[in-house]
Amino acid sequence: MTDAILKVEHMTMRFGGLVAIDDLSFDARRGEITALIGPNGAGKTTVFNCITGFYKPTAGMLTMTHEDGSTFLLERMDDFRITRHARVARTFQNIRLFGGMTVLENLLVAQHNKLMLASKFTIGAILGIGGYRGHEKEAVELARFWLDKAGLTARADDPAADLPYGDQRKLEIARAMCTGPKLLCLDEPAAGLNPKESDDLNKMLLGIRDEQGISILLIEHDMNVVMGISDHIVVIDYGKKISDGDPAFIRSDPKVIAAYLGVDESEAGELAS
Amino acid sequence: MTETAARPNRFAAALKEALMAALLAFVLASFMLGVRTVDAPGGLSYHYRPGLLAAAVAFVFFGRLFLRLVWWKDERSTPKLYSTLTEGMAKFTSGWGRFLAPAVIIGAFVLPFVASRYVLDTSILILTYILLGWGLNVVVGLAGLLDLGYVAFYAVGAYAYALLSTHFGLSFWAVLPLAGLMAATWGMILGFPVLRLRGDYLAIVTLAFGEIIRVVLLNWYTVTKGPDGISGIPRPTFFGLQFKRFGEHTFHQFFGIEYSSMHRIIFLYMIILLLALLTSYVTNRLRRLPVGRAWEALREDEIACRALGINTTNTKLTAFAIGAFFGGLGGSFFATRQGFISPESFTFIESAIILAIVVLGGMGSQIGVAIAAIVMIGGFEVFREAAQYRMLIFGLLMVIIMVWKPRGLVSGRMPTIFLGSERKQVSGDLVKEGEG
Repeated sequence: MTDAILKVEHMTMRFGGLVAIDDLSFDARRGEITALIGPNGAGKTTVFNCITGFYKPTAGMLTMTHEDGSTFLLERMDDFRITRHARVARTFQNIRLFGGMTVLENLLVAQHNKLMLASKFTIGAILGIGGYRGHEKEAVELARFWLDKAGLTARADDPAADLPYGDQRKLEIARAMCTGPKLLCLDEPAAGLNPKESDDLNKMLLGIRDEQGISILLIEHDMNVVMGISDHIVVIDYGKKISDGDPAFIRSDPKVIAAYLGVDESEAGELAS
Repeated sequence: MTETAARPNRFAAALKEALMAALLAFVLASFMLGVRTVDAPGGLSYHYRPGLLAAAVAFVFFGRLFLRLVWWKDERSTPKLYSTLTEGMAKFTSGWGRFLAPAVIIGAFVLPFVASRYVLDTSILILTYILLGWGLNVVVGLAGLLDLGYVAFYAVGAYAYALLSTHFGLSFWAVLPLAGLMAATWGMILGFPVLRLRGDYLAIVTLAFGEIIRVVLLNWYTVTKGPDGISGIPRPTFFGLQFKRFGEHTFHQFFGIEYSSMHRIIFLYMIILLLALLTSYVTNRLRRLPVGRAWEALREDEIACRALGINTTNTKLTAFAIGAFFGGLGGSFFATRQGFISPESFTFIESAIILAIVVLGGMGSQIGVAIAAIVMIGGFEVFREAAQYRMLIFGLLMVIIMVWKPRGLVSGRMPTIFLGSERKQVSGDLVKEGEG
């Protein structure tokens, strides 16, 4: 499996005089977990924001390819269209749940587009025609499936803001999955989790990859997660790619060690050996 | 032990606070109560009332002292009355609450046959504001978009009926949906340019929009007759039957009953009651549909909505349009009830009152909005005697509610769907108000 689900080519993002991303190219391969790592301020979240349409990259091309061969140029699409048509879903570094709505409602909002069609754009459902109820039941079943995966079924009717932090992280991933994505982008999913919770998270992500066949792109600082589950790691620093390969390769790459420890490359080489 | 040590301290602190309150009262009251202007030969002259001023200051001083020493025993614990009230209310809504709504609705249908003309007139007014409150609730309470120009849609609805009926002879029932649609169209027209704005900016633009509509109505003399207003707006008919004493096709002739001027009032009351119930029903229905959930999600977090593939532009526009639609219905009803409209009826204060009803009632809560409308509009009528102090009482009431329940009377949010069988509310503290 070497075909790329997402191809990032020569992407540059400037904020005024600041070059946040500088000519970055990498691939995220289909059916694999790709990790994007780098020191603080390296531009990882900016890459995410460009992929999901929250920023428009200054230059470069982002191509999303589905299994059926249809391609989407993400840099030309609005953010909500990227989720809807190109089927890229994301989570946020600082969790963005609908806190005053229940866990189940959060998962139903994620299925908005599907349900909107089913409700004939509200008009059908308000007049009671078009079988909206059946579609809503299906949506609840999908939500229940992901609640089971996240271990949150018992809390389905509680407000999302009442959940403990680790559960909120899991709920955000479940919510993103309810949009029916092909590529799931996770921005620091393990931040603030204890070791047990981060193990649970690993299992959940591997399940998403193996059982659902969804490709994952994740930003993470927790090396336990990154090294444990990634198939492929891209390292960036100051907006440039400095390394790209499998976990074993990255672990011993002097450039990566230099970037993380803040030492010269020659010294890092000695450290690695 | 610590209590005895703390006692003199506490008394001193209370005394100090009471003195400060008395000083504040003195400053405020010296102009409002201490001095009065009276007509005297050769112009105005002052009339001093030191006794009244002293009484007011003394009242504030001792009142504050009493509150401090007896009522607020411990600074940190909430007053007992408050907690018992909240608990009682929570118990009530979970137990008897579900019988409340049907009981009130049945009561509302029975009311016109037992109430006096005065009570009925007031009820019609209150119901109009309930309808408007519920309409605005869609925009402000559910979608979290602060709209200070809601009265514009009310005006569009009113003028739509007034003009279409006087010029083209269209009946109330034909114009009612049209007026709603026209208001909804204006809601979208307003919606488009302001979609990028949030919070305070949105509030200011909607405020300006409300004023623009009023100024246009005032100055477009050839169509709206400007400040003269439009008079002789036809009354609604009951399937073509008119509520007149004489003439063809009258209501009392058809049913063979004695003519009474109350028939028309009862009929108007029934129209507005049904319109309000329709608003409530449609809003409740919408809340359970994807579009309603998207509105609430938009209020909670717009960025997350976009990340989930929701077109926030369309979602905001539907909220504006549906809120405006109900405003238009209310406007049509207003025009047909009054028989005369002029731009004076659509000033900013109307928007402010409707918004106050929504905010005081609890954003997103239908029952809360209804209670707030009854208290505020009914309160206006009750205090008609004390016209001078009406605004004062009104302001005081708002301050009390905002201190006591900052999220409105009914702040909890009922989820729209449950997985389990237990139905419980979401506490108001978790629900966001939206940023616009």
